[in-house]
Amino acid sequence: MGTFQIDFGNTRPQRIAGIDLGTTNSLIAYMDASAPKVIPGADGDPLVPSVVALAETGAIVVGNAAREALVTSPGRAIYSVKRLMGLGIDDVTEELKLFPFRVAGAGESVLKLSLGDKTYSPPEISAFILRQLKQNAESALGEEVRQAVITVPAYFNDAQRQATKDAGRIAGLEVLRLVNEPTAAALAYGLDKRKEGIVAVYDFGGGTFDISILKLQDGIFEVLATGGDTHLGGDDIDNLLLRIALEDIATEWGMDVSSKGGAVQLLRRAVIHAKHELSTLPVTSIAFDYSGRSYRRELTRELFDQLITPIIERTLSPCRQCLTDAGVTPEQIDEVVLVGGSTRIPLVRSAVERLFRAKPHTELDPDKVVALGAAIQAAILSGDVQDQLLLDVTPLSLGIETMGGLVSKLIHRNSTIPSSATEVFTTAVDGQANVLIHVLQGERELVKDCRSLARFDLKGIDPMPAGMARIEVRFLIDANGILNVSARDLRAGKEQSVEVKPSYGLTDEQVEGMILESIEKAEEDFQERQAREARVEADTILAAVEKARQNDAFYELEETERDQITRALNELLVVYHGDDHLLIRSKIDQLNHATMKLAENMMNTAVSQALKGTKI
Amino acid sequence: MRLGSCWQCEHPAENNLFCTYCNSLQRPMTDYFSFFGLPHKLRLDETELQKKFYQLSKLLHPDRYTRRAQRERDYSLEATAILNNGYRVLRDPVLRAEYVLREQGLENGEPRSAQVPPELLEEVFEWNMALEELRDGDASVLHQLQQARDTLRGMQRDLDGQLHSQFDAWDNSQDLAALGRIRGLLDKRKYVQNLVSEVEKALAA
Repeated sequence: MGTFQIDFGNTRPQRIAGIDLGTTNSLIAYMDASAPKVIPGADGDPLVPSVVALAETGAIVVGNAAREALVTSPGRAIYSVKRLMGLGIDDVTEELKLFPFRVAGAGESVLKLSLGDKTYSPPEISAFILRQLKQNAESALGEEVRQAVITVPAYFNDAQRQATKDAGRIAGLEVLRLVNEPTAAALAYGLDKRKEGIVAVYDFGGGTFDISILKLQDGIFEVLATGGDTHLGGDDIDNLLLRIALEDIATEWGMDVSSKGGAVQLLRRAVIHAKHELSTLPVTSIAFDYSGRSYRRELTRELFDQLITPIIERTLSPCRQCLTDAGVTPEQIDEVVLVGGSTRIPLVRSAVERLFRAKPHTELDPDKVVALGAAIQAAILSGDVQDQLLLDVTPLSLGIETMGGLVSKLIHRNSTIPSSATEVFTTAVDGQANVLIHVLQGERELVKDCRSLARFDLKGIDPMPAGMARIEVRFLIDANGILNVSARDLRAGKEQSVEVKPSYGLTDEQVEGMILESIEKAEEDFQERQAREARVEADTILAAVEKARQNDAFYELEETERDQITRALNELLVVYHGDDHLLIRSKIDQLNHATMKLAENMMNTAVSQALKGTKI
Repeated sequence: MRLGSCWQCEHPAENNLFCTYCNSLQRPMTDYFSFFGLPHKLRLDETELQKKFYQLSKLLHPDRYTRRAQRERDYSLEATAILNNGYRVLRDPVLRAEYVLREQGLENGEPRSAQVPPELLEEVFEWNMALEELRDGDASVLHQLQQARDTLRGMQRDLDGQLHSQFDAWDNSQDLAALGRIRGLLDKRKYVQNLVSEVEKALAA
């Protein structure tokens, strides 16, 4: 029985994707009927390595394909770019010592990295990863994906969040929400459990560490407190092992390979492999072969544990602080959830178990759980999931600079977001037309110890004696954890104009420029991709027709019918290598049409033959 | 307070969060007690407060308005910010009392200095000496400071008890004198609180 489908045109709501933009790997997921699902890439791997490379042909490649370039042409590949998001040039000197990247255009206001002969800002590099994920999802779902939820470390500051949002925009995605990674993970665990109680989420990934404590009740996931370190992760363990191996090799071979990019990447891969093995084995070895020489070093789990203890320790003090901030004792924690690849390390598991006095949950794949949670949050936004709601907090206090280089706090850390505060400003000099407000993020008392966020310039104040102006400024942290500032002239009762000068990251104009650039690129890419897809389809029908021409049924056709098929076949072959996908498709249709009777005849023959062979 | 009519259907406004006619979210009002639908009282049922907070979050949170009109999205953001700020203030007895002081015009928002309770003057002097000595490495004052901590904690409990009975006094009489007493108790409590954390910090070191 058929059913009537009434289509009022544009009624089907757009699907919102959930994206985990990770330091090491990135994933895209969506909500399928009732459960979140991760979408694999063309190579079948759901984990897309967060590596971007510039191929010799000038094309950008992302993921597993780009990972090879790290070893073969290290100057043309970038990894772990998440660690550089939202940073200024001065911040990265220390960080970049560990990476083989080159900073381009010193003296520019924005951090840019060299990739072959081109330069890109970290949000642009991240946008390449996002575009790949978007494409993977579009191929799998057969529809355009334009809206997304992207996860960020809970401890990301305003600039890092803004940079992530910019990356989404450059990739052609409307970022409907930034969700904190540990909170997303809690959502993924909470969905099938519907538990009530206090949950701690320990999220130790490739480059960042987060701890969040949540209260689950009545479908509400209320974050009580969060803490972390945005520059602490598995990368640090790799770098530690790498340094030791490099020293070893220098002594053994009398040769410093640390300046040879490809060799360092090969060795990095070897130490990562050893690290992974030690999650299940008591002993392994680091194996590295380079220019005819070979290096082997045994590594026991015992020694490994000793080496990484200081790194694990660094995750524990934010955990203790978070417990205090949440106002709970370790005994009150009902569940502990582990997220991120680094939680596969046995020492991490036992340290967490000891601290929270609870056996951690590991049922869900720690590499996928954040993406799954992002997909659930996407379904909450689209209205497909209605019985759950996340209430998150801001990880850092927000303040303004006052007299003497001090910071006056306006919104305290761990405040539930959205959160707002207002402050009234006035002028210090007669006729003063501008007031500059310096906004900072951080917990310390002095401006120099906090992170400068932006300067807001209240412009065009009506001339009046000093101290008479009354400008009310409203600071609002939205549900993404991003600051919005608006101002009102209380005397005139009108909106006051505010000019934003971000301390780090990109201005709106810069982002717009990058979007335009990437749209042009995306158009080209899109054309190219559609043509490729049309060719794949053409291959299928060409092969089928070729086979059918050997069939008896072909010769049973009228001659004109045979001619029609041959003509359509040739016409398709003519347009096959062009890049006009519409033309290819129209010729496919033509060939399909011409072979309809042939296909029917073949089907009938096949059926009657099958029936002949069947005993009833 | 809001006047006029619904922005969406122009139905006369009745100071509700949602228009009684077309159910559109309205520009939120800012008084925390009314916002939560709770009586203007200092004594407050915390379980009830949390229940209201969750209920209102489910109604107002921006997550619920992604696909609605820009106007409603703006109001949702504004309303949720008020809801969250209100919850933070109302669930903490000290912040709640400060809020009522401001509402009743007893406070202009300027920070007040934490006053030394006169009956403590002499002891505070001694404790400060002991703190100084401990910082200089003299461990013999440890016992004295532990006693000080216990005394101060006892005072805190006592002050909290007094505060609660003054909360009742205000709730029952709406007598501004009760609020004045509450203000005095808050200042004293703040002073004791500062002292306790200083002593605790010294003992932990």
